[in-house]
Amino acid sequence: MAMDISEVEEFARKCRVEIVKMVHRAQAGHPGGSLSEIDLISALYATRLRVKPENPDWNDRDRFILSKGHASPGMYAVLAEMGFISHADLESYRVLGGVCQGHVDMKWCPGVDFSAGSLGMGLSFGMGCAVAAKLENSERRIFVMLGDGEIQEGSIWEAAMAARHHELGNLKVILDRNRIQNDDFCEAQMRMFDIPAKWKSFGWSVKEIDGHDMAEIMNGLDFLERTNDGPSILIAHTIKGAGISYMENNPSFHGAAPNDEQFHQAMIELGEVEA
Amino acid sequence: MTRMAATRDGYGQALLEIADNPKVVVLEADLGKSTKSLHFRKEYPERTVSCGIGEQNMLLVGAGLASSGFIPFASTFAIFTERAFEQMRNGVARPNLAVHLCGSHGGTHTGTDGSSAQSIEDLAIYRTLPNVVVMHPCDDVSTKQLTKQLPELGKPSYMRTARNKTPVMYDGREDEIKIGKGMILRDGADAAIIACGVMVSESMKAAESLEKQGISVSVVDMHTLKPLDTDLVKSLVDKCGAIITAEDHSIIGGLGGAVAEYLSSNCPAPLERVGVNDRFGESGQPDEMLNLLGISSHHIENAVKKAQSRK
Ligand SMILES: Cc1ncc(C[n+]2csc(CCOP(=O)(O)OP(=O)(O)O)c2C)c(N)n1
Repeated sequence: MAMDISEVEEFARKCRVEIVKMVHRAQAGHPGGSLSEIDLISALYATRLRVKPENPDWNDRDRFILSKGHASPGMYAVLAEMGFISHADLESYRVLGGVCQGHVDMKWCPGVDFSAGSLGMGLSFGMGCAVAAKLENSERRIFVMLGDGEIQEGSIWEAAMAARHHELGNLKVILDRNRIQNDDFCEAQMRMFDIPAKWKSFGWSVKEIDGHDMAEIMNGLDFLERTNDGPSILIAHTIKGAGISYMENNPSFHGAAPNDEQFHQAMIELGEVEA
Repeated sequence: MTRMAATRDGYGQALLEIADNPKVVVLEADLGKSTKSLHFRKEYPERTVSCGIGEQNMLLVGAGLASSGFIPFASTFAIFTERAFEQMRNGVARPNLAVHLCGSHGGTHTGTDGSSAQSIEDLAIYRTLPNVVVMHPCDDVSTKQLTKQLPELGKPSYMRTARNKTPVMYDGREDEIKIGKGMILRDGADAAIIACGVMVSESMKAAESLEKQGISVSVVDMHTLKPLDTDLVKSLVDKCGAIITAEDHSIIGGLGGAVAEYLSSNCPAPLERVGVNDRFGESGQPDEMLNLLGISSHHIENAVKKAQSRK
């Protein structure tokens, strides 16, 4: 799929609509981190990932690991847009027996490569996939999406150190740096100081971008694809709740659904309905 | 109307009430809004230690504080306490340091977050640790009372609380709640249901329905799984001759396991264990989960009949 920038932007807009619909319908879930990540995941799937929606288990596919598995509405929206699942499947989000479980789950949903929900696990899992790809001489690449709150987990840094030790050039991380976690702003919960410097000191190649500017995202993904001599990380500065005014930068929309009135407003802001 | 409340709110209120003790400190791992330690944090920010999203660190920070004479109360979701299990084992239980760990959102009743968030093994794993007291209260009143007794306990504890509101059992009976003492909620002679957490109210429902069918059962709230109130279990066996355990937890190693261990060595009697049958949960509404996993009141009813028939 060779989409140009405006097409990817439209792809992401449609995904935003689905994200808000899912959490509104379920009256539960995590809109904030889904909206901050969505431009990045949309661009990744629409322009980079080597996957086959009709054959989701294709062995040599690139892997995408959503380590911040609570931000599942973003992932499900993209999977539906790509054709891994149907748009009707999105209605099963958080519903008994649905493919769209509360947190992304590889046993339940086609196209999901990791069962997440507990933070700090995806990078180690991704490292395992990266080692496997090397052992099999496969060209496949492993992309891992981390949250900024999530990197407070010690296991992240165990994996960061190990990935450089093993020179895993096929392991590529995108960090959703939206500055908010569960209870509050990251700054209040756990100050992380110079995040790029931390990754650099672990031996990673680092690039920072604006995670909502599609041209910058394309450059950032170029950087990840180009860097093959060791692990690389794209630190994407994002806005939690991006695209919905009352959710933007608002910690209360980490894990809360919009009410009917707020839902209507969101649909107006996303251009789905007239004001 | 029965008052409905969530046990996690009882925990949050208790922390405020024991805050007079200057040695009480609260540890959080970015879930204080959910476990309800946030009320303490607002009032006593200087005695609240944010550990970020870092459960392993939190447990051992607690151990260090306890070794220095403080009384730490650490909380996160039940499932994420498990990430720090070895810290709890080697850093807290082994040196017998009085760190009080609270795991909220336990069990499948926690609902649509799905299996990654539904801890159904916490009671089992903490029960295996020497020195650790393990509790799973059924309402906000008992949660509050038990939590308020912890500063005097002098050893580590694990308490599971729940996310969702359940019927309150103990309004006006606060003073009767004691760590290690099961509570008889209903008296009957045909069989005895021993339950904990959300399953206590399900057991009461089952008992009411059975009464109409001419079967009279005792219902016990075993809010403390360890140490188990074995005197009470023994008296139930003597009186009823058949036991049913009910828990929103794996049938392996939790309340059912504890009762089975005691019965088999001391006073063998028919036992039916109602619990999650060695599988993971999934996303669904709390009541749907109890049905799906075979642990709702009508499953308890069936288990009672089965146990009774084995007498
Ligand atoms: C090990 C673990 N601890 C705690 C949680 C509860 N939790 C869910 S989301 C969240 C905040 C995550 O923040 P961040 O990684 O920044 O995600 P985002 O802001 O992108 O949604 C927390 C603490 C969890 N899922 N896993």
